[in-house]
Amino acid sequence: MSKPRFVYVTYIRTTPEKLWSALTDPEVMKQYWFGVRGESDWKAGSSWRLVFPDGRVADSGEIVEAQPPERLVIRWRNEFKPELKAEGFTRCTMTIEPEGGAVKLTVVHELEQEGTGKFIDAVAGGWPKILSNLKSLLETGAVAFHEEKTQHR
Amino acid sequence: MIDTAAFKPKTVYVIYIAAAPETVWQALTEPRFSKQYFFGFAVEIEPRTGGRFRLLWPDGRLHVSGEVTEWTPPRRLSVTWLVEGMKDFGELPQCLVSYDIAPSGDAVRLTMTESHSWDVPGDVLKGGEMGWPKVLSGLKSLIETGKPLVTGNEGPPPEFMEAVKAAIAAKPWLK
Repeated sequence: MSKPRFVYVTYIRTTPEKLWSALTDPEVMKQYWFGVRGESDWKAGSSWRLVFPDGRVADSGEIVEAQPPERLVIRWRNEFKPELKAEGFTRCTMTIEPEGGAVKLTVVHELEQEGTGKFIDAVAGGWPKILSNLKSLLETGAVAFHEEKTQHR
Repeated sequence: MIDTAAFKPKTVYVIYIAAAPETVWQALTEPRFSKQYFFGFAVEIEPRTGGRFRLLWPDGRLHVSGEVTEWTPPRRLSVTWLVEGMKDFGELPQCLVSYDIAPSGDAVRLTMTESHSWDVPGDVLKGGEMGWPKVLSGLKSLIETGKPLVTGNEGPPPEFMEAVKAAIAAKPWLK
């Protein structure tokens, strides 16, 4: 077995500062993350969690690294699906780089240890939706689509 | 017609676009759109299975040639893909590029799948892995905002060029 990993790159017409703010401001997050918001003070060592609209905790962990507006690393574990929680902690690294008139956002999400990859399969389906919505929101002021309330990624 | 079953998916990129399937189909198949998001290339495509597919530089030189293996507007487009416009690249086996367009709520999900008929080294796949996010992010911006996305224009990484050179020398697909 190996350490399952998912990589997604998107280019967004925005500034690194605006993108950083969209990735860390719960009120903005809710708009493109299907109601889910992130709660943290976004400093290295601080706790972090993703919260459903009804208050249940979806995922939790801690901020490993935070260098606004360039790099954010989160240690991340699922909290609401036993088979995903059983996979243990994952690490999500977001990198922001200006490029031409756009900003390149790279998301790498990987398991910290070897595993079956169920968690990574789940986020592999979710990240393209979330990041497509984020791109639309920053470029047009509106998200691309809304999803059923029950799904969070 | 080539045997598409011999091609295995190696690189997949999914992006959601606020548009109708027909709009995304147009953006993929008409040069007035492709020029604005695909590194300036004009797409030239005969609208039928078995038709000719080409990508041309702004000055008309050939970059990619191929054949349409599936033409099902506005749901699925598949073309074979041979890079002829870069030195020696034409010696690599052609790959297969497929676009699937599926409604997803009031948006569409566009899935690009790059498939290969041989055991492609990871470094050779880097060309596509680096290029597709830029191309398809640009396509989404163009459709949703009406304006092209301006990204940097750095070439492929050195390890990609070296891996292509090594593959052409060894020709593992002939073994």
